[in-house]
Amino acid sequence: MDSNQMTQENETFMEISPADFFYRNRDLAGFNNPTRALYSAIRELLENSLDACELYGIPPKIFLRLSYENGDNEDALGSTYQIKIMDNGSGVPSEYIPSAFGQILFGSKYKLRQVRGTFGLGGKMAILYGQITTNSTARIISSIGKQEFYEYNLRIDIQSNKPEILKRKLHENKDKWHGTIVDFTLTGDYPRAMPKILEYLRQTAMINPYAEIVFIDPRGRLYRFESVTSKMPKPPKEVLPHPYGCDVETIRRIINVTKCDNMRCFMSTHFHRVGNKTAKSFLDYAGIPFDLHPKKLNSDEIVRIVQMMQSFKDFLPPDSSCLSPIGKDLLTEGITKELNPDFIYLEQRDPSAYSGFPFIIEVGVAYGGNTPVNPSFELYRFANKIPLLYDEASDISRRILNEKKDWTRYKIRSGDPLAFFVHVCSTKVPYKTVGKEYIADRPEIEREIRNGINSVSRRLSRFLSRKISIEHEQRRINLYKKYLPKIAQFSTDLSPRRRKVPDVEPLLESLRRYAEENA
Amino acid sequence: MPNKPSIKTRKKQTKQTLEHFGETIYQEIAHKHFPSMDIPSRSTSNIRYDEHSRQYVLGDKCVKRSSRNIRHIRPFTQLVWTASFVNMLCKDNKTSTLRDVYYSAQAFDINFKDQKESDNIITDLESALEFSREDFNVFPEERSQIFGDLTIEYTVPGYQGKRVNLTMHPDGLAIGPALTTAELIKTKANKVIVIEKGAMFTRLIEELAFKRFKAILIHTAGQPPRATRRLVKRLNAELKLPVYVFCDGDPWGMAIAITIICGSANAAHIKELTTPEAQWMGLYSTDIPKYKLPSNKLSNIDVKRLQDMMKDPRCQGEPWRPQIEHFLKQKKKCELEAFSRYGLDYVVTTYLPEKLR
Repeated sequence: MDSNQMTQENETFMEISPADFFYRNRDLAGFNNPTRALYSAIRELLENSLDACELYGIPPKIFLRLSYENGDNEDALGSTYQIKIMDNGSGVPSEYIPSAFGQILFGSKYKLRQVRGTFGLGGKMAILYGQITTNSTARIISSIGKQEFYEYNLRIDIQSNKPEILKRKLHENKDKWHGTIVDFTLTGDYPRAMPKILEYLRQTAMINPYAEIVFIDPRGRLYRFESVTSKMPKPPKEVLPHPYGCDVETIRRIINVTKCDNMRCFMSTHFHRVGNKTAKSFLDYAGIPFDLHPKKLNSDEIVRIVQMMQSFKDFLPPDSSCLSPIGKDLLTEGITKELNPDFIYLEQRDPSAYSGFPFIIEVGVAYGGNTPVNPSFELYRFANKIPLLYDEASDISRRILNEKKDWTRYKIRSGDPLAFFVHVCSTKVPYKTVGKEYIADRPEIEREIRNGINSVSRRLSRFLSRKISIEHEQRRINLYKKYLPKIAQFSTDLSPRRRKVPDVEPLLESLRRYAEENA
Repeated sequence: MPNKPSIKTRKKQTKQTLEHFGETIYQEIAHKHFPSMDIPSRSTSNIRYDEHSRQYVLGDKCVKRSSRNIRHIRPFTQLVWTASFVNMLCKDNKTSTLRDVYYSAQAFDINFKDQKESDNIITDLESALEFSREDFNVFPEERSQIFGDLTIEYTVPGYQGKRVNLTMHPDGLAIGPALTTAELIKTKANKVIVIEKGAMFTRLIEELAFKRFKAILIHTAGQPPRATRRLVKRLNAELKLPVYVFCDGDPWGMAIAITIICGSANAAHIKELTTPEAQWMGLYSTDIPKYKLPSNKLSNIDVKRLQDMMKDPRCQGEPWRPQIEHFLKQKKKCELEAFSRYGLDYVVTTYLPEKLR
């Protein structure tokens, strides 16, 4: 009775509130001021587009345009901008378009696989923010490549969290075009947001070297980030939840949909890497009868199962097939394209897991070329292929770099043109906030990042010591080049007879030979 | 008393040595070898006191400096440049100073970090070629003077062959490049008195002591520069004049006398700077009570210096050892000017006649 009441309250809350809740707390999602809001809107839309392409193995081609609305210009504080994004992704089936773009917390992203968006929230937050600030309607066009496709004009009804369709139009699709176009207005501050937006696009291009992104800014400038490869990482598979990652709510949901009539079947059907044998030994461990009907579990029993799941040691670790890391080669190409470094090394760490969520860390280091000089080293952070630009100081990777004190062991000096890359791939990236800007301190993740940074630093140190020894040799030869001719000249001056200065070239030659032999 | 032209011979030897040095290096390069050279080591472990010649000398240890060695290439070049520079000086009959050498190097893109480095290279050249920098026409700042019945003949350009008697100027003549390179022609003096203080030097000229004692007077102005020590040595060796050293009655005065007689460890690589036959005339510690001279107490530093001298191999015999012990016991010191206590001519009429007897 008690729990029933709870559920009902929850449902009421859910119905009236997601849109309302985020309307009141928009800073949580990164929409707290015009500068940040513009950046967040672009970011959320771009990430949705990239996901829409990648999950179906389509190399992304994304067009993004930001323009002043109604003759506004950039001098006006909080100008109104029109934002338009077009992708070549899989598109949204027409009957889902209103919900997908007009209902907060509706989406395809509640299953377990690695995707950029996690909360089913960002894209709609952008539209909601536009609606709040400019009272605009959003125009959505999406096609899955059939004979025809629809164009919607819609608004979000904040009170009821329901899409409100204002206009619906049918288009013929002779070219079998597929993709999505989103178009609406919002208040923003492009002059202030510009550096972050451009940096975001640059880093996005870095970590998605197979994507082509074109951006036209309100001043009419075109930024084009070309793809350098057609290879794409394999799309992630969907997996069942791992027992270590389950909470009471997850179990309750599974119970609602299960067709099993006993616990043994329930355990071996609905959880990641749990087969018959593991199911049996877990139920023995938890003291739960095999033939108990799952739907008969009461609240206390569910809580106990979750507790037992956490303490049971024999679950196999989650496998990483649900992850889609970029891979060494692609990352190398992407970073090389943007930084053109003298040295680059990337490493994909072995899959690991925290609390039942598998993760893979990709770590890299670049030296020289266009790598910026930063006394405490440049850090590029990515999570599920998203660049993280804000709150670097709070991020686990930055903390690891700052705590690392043995740089000289690696022949690395402060002030070297040096950048580190950390990419965290997981079905659940442990962000600290909904704004998705920095990674929380999880011991398992911290260990992998730390080991990764040490490992790539060792590779860099080999490069640096070779570089140092070549430079050293060059300096040596230069010294000889400077002084030997002088010795020849002065000794000629000294000797009593007038004659030609002896040639020192054979001596220099012998030095070079010696250096080569001993290199 | 005719004398062979020692300066001319010396100059010829210097020139030959420098040219030979250049020739050796030239041949090495021409034969595709990295030129190198041996320089006698001047480290303390290679300096020893030679009882026989009564001076510090260098042992047999040598340092090899090779242009093949990256750490040597710069000093090696500096050394060869310095040789060619002083060779030019000698050829053109020009003189220079240590400071000059430091600056001249910059015109040849030979950069010395500081003057200490260039001074060091000159000392290397002295050790390697066994000539002193005065032979290479590199002179220190002059501050010593000489006065007395001695006729010299200049060899410097513009004055070649010109003879001068050193009584011509009552303040004495500076012992500079011109005088150092002059030939010693003749003298009526029969001794040399080397004096630490300018006041005493002037007193002995004014009181006509040089006539009375038939002495050539030399003023060292503290520790004598090497050119002055060379000149003392030449007066002793070439003109066979006995030398007396007259300094303050304190450890520092004694050190001046010792340097003139036995040389210093710093200049162990150079011979012909010492005058072993010279005698320390005073002031002795025992002179203080004997002549009732006004005195001061020894300072801590004075005592320390005296204690060091007790261990110094140069100070072990007569008259050094007893005097050091006397100083330490009496704990008093006395300056040359103290004689004025008994009238300006007291030193000439009383002290010197007794000492020189």
